[in-house]
Amino acid sequence: MHEFTMAVLVKNKYGVLNRVTSMFRRRRFNIRSLSVSETETDEFSRITVTSFGDDTEKRQLADQLSKLEDVCVVRELTAKDSVGFELLLIKIRNDPENRPAVRDTADSYGAETVDYTRDSVILKLTGSTRRISAFIDLMRDFSILEICRTGVASLERGNTTIRQVKI
Amino acid sequence: MILSGADIVVRTLIEQGCDVVFGYPGGQIIHVYDSLYKYRDELTHVLTAHEQGASHAADGYARTTGKVGVVIATSGPGATNLVTGIATAYLDSVPMVAITGNVLSSHLGSDSFQEIDITGITLPITKHNYVVGCVEELADTIREAFKIASSGRPGPVLIDIPKDIQMAKCDYEPQAPSVPDERRQADDNRIREAAECIATSERPFIYFGGGLISSNAEDELLELADLIDAPLGCSLMGISGIPTDHPRFLGMQGMHGHYASSIAMHRADCIISLGVRFNDRVTGNREKFAKNSKIIHIDVDSSELSKIISPAHAIRGDVKVSLRKLIDNLSPIKHEEWWKTVDSLREEEAKNTDKREGMTPFRIIETLNDYLKPETPIATDVGQHQMWAAQYLNFKSSRKFITSGGLGTMGFGMGAAIGAQMGTGEHAVLVTGDGSFGMTLQELSTAVSYKIPLVIVLLNNGVLGMVRQWQTLFFDKHYSNTILERKTDFVPLIKAFGGEGVRATSIEELKTSLEKAFSYEGPYLIECVIDKDEFVLPMLPPGGAIDDIIVKEDDLRA
Repeated sequence: MHEFTMAVLVKNKYGVLNRVTSMFRRRRFNIRSLSVSETETDEFSRITVTSFGDDTEKRQLADQLSKLEDVCVVRELTAKDSVGFELLLIKIRNDPENRPAVRDTADSYGAETVDYTRDSVILKLTGSTRRISAFIDLMRDFSILEICRTGVASLERGNTTIRQVKI
Repeated sequence: MILSGADIVVRTLIEQGCDVVFGYPGGQIIHVYDSLYKYRDELTHVLTAHEQGASHAADGYARTTGKVGVVIATSGPGATNLVTGIATAYLDSVPMVAITGNVLSSHLGSDSFQEIDITGITLPITKHNYVVGCVEELADTIREAFKIASSGRPGPVLIDIPKDIQMAKCDYEPQAPSVPDERRQADDNRIREAAECIATSERPFIYFGGGLISSNAEDELLELADLIDAPLGCSLMGISGIPTDHPRFLGMQGMHGHYASSIAMHRADCIISLGVRFNDRVTGNREKFAKNSKIIHIDVDSSELSKIISPAHAIRGDVKVSLRKLIDNLSPIKHEEWWKTVDSLREEEAKNTDKREGMTPFRIIETLNDYLKPETPIATDVGQHQMWAAQYLNFKSSRKFITSGGLGTMGFGMGAAIGAQMGTGEHAVLVTGDGSFGMTLQELSTAVSYKIPLVIVLLNNGVLGMVRQWQTLFFDKHYSNTILERKTDFVPLIKAFGGEGVRATSIEELKTSLEKAFSYEGPYLIECVIDKDEFVLPMLPPGGAIDDIIVKEDDLRA
């Protein structure tokens, strides 16, 4: 069992996300995170999905995705050959006692304070899924009020592109 | 030319080579029905009693002809009544286009009268579906739907057309019919590796399913079998793919498969699987399935290659072109020892054949066989009668056994038989049971109206036999809700519908009835009363392995 990331190029049409997630539900795939975004053209959207399983399950996921008419390309993005980041927003209780410790932790991870009130602080962090999870884990020592993370945005290294654009 | 959306629907269907469509009118599809009236000389519309019947008819039409079957229904309940038919086609990979009307685009999403989100409902049971957004996209959407339905692994596609799109006008220019995508080529290296595996095997077995028939690879299959001297077995969906009496053919696999076929596949050291999906009804206990064999799995849908089993050689490709390549990579081999084993299995099977005289399922189907032409399409419903039909019917040519294998849809038979008859123009047969027949017998009215030459062999045991069999074996004979305390008299019933019918109480009577039935131009029902405790055998208990196979009734009653 291991975690893997798939980039899925889909037609930019009404209801496509529903088709993809409906298939995940029906076939009972384990989805860790999923993010959808616009791309360099109006024609396509890009879905980045992280899941976990053995090699057979990984192949099944790719094969079942490829069968959907609105799915154009499915590509696995490996840690070695791609870069991937998530964005985290985390809201912490602004407790005077813990204030220095929270600031220290945030500083050592390079997390930025994006909102500061008497009662709460929102910190922003971008990084790999692992780094973000580690940061959240540290923050559990304090009082976490709310968390929102985006799921992975990932691209292959070098000049290869999912649409195989000629350079 | 400038046409209305409704006219474009009908013109595009005609353009795509459609000659008959099945359906039922209603408020939100009324414009399309007006166009069907206008173009009635070019496209026949068959009105059924219920939309479900229409969907099964389109399915039966598609299975027998290999063409795309088309069904039309109105919005709301019309559309939801198609769902069982679409799911049946999806599970058995049948090319179908379903067209539904819907409320005005501006009313979509507001729970208007007879509005339903049919694309949402059918998302998991179609290859793809559409809500048409503007009339300009309509013709191309229908063309694309035909292409998707018939390409690669076939399946159903639904097009939902809001009423305003049917009324709007735009330019329409006819085009050539959509052609399916090119057949997918298999990787040469994979083929060579598989050929090597076959060449070094001592006990090869070829196992084929519906994918072989979809790919029209029947000739290549027999060529390969002769070349490598292998016995053949099939899934329920593969039946009629090759002649039943072919000397290499051992019959169906699976829960109620033929003994020799199931055991031979279990003992094989190399299983060449063609267009099959290793359903649980075939494998039984997955962990124990074909443990000592190398499996070569060829399928056009690569998701099937890693779904249930992990084959030694997974080949993604069209079955026909892959077989051609495989044959080119092999030289003739003989397996005399293997055939000795296979022949002894056949002898053992013959010993266990049910030889009782009288109105037994075996004798009824055996008698029916004498009246079949090679071209006769035979539909079934689902249950014991379906398994007896699968086990005992003699087929001479492909695409003649029309049965709901994947979804197991009771009530499939009547509609499917009507579609099969219209697709082939042949006198069709329906083998059914009283449970299944009761679900959709209203389609008798359709068969009467359209003078469908159809022989209905009804095996009436007064119970839901397949469930009863399980209750006998696994539920201490608690016959919970499987005894049909009905007073239905089927012979007067079919006469009331306007057909003909008779009850046959002996094989002799059955013969005279079949004689009459096959010369009657309409639905002719022959009711055969059988014992409620007839068993379908052999039987592999659910989740069991090959060693658990139940062969004879004596094994059960003991």
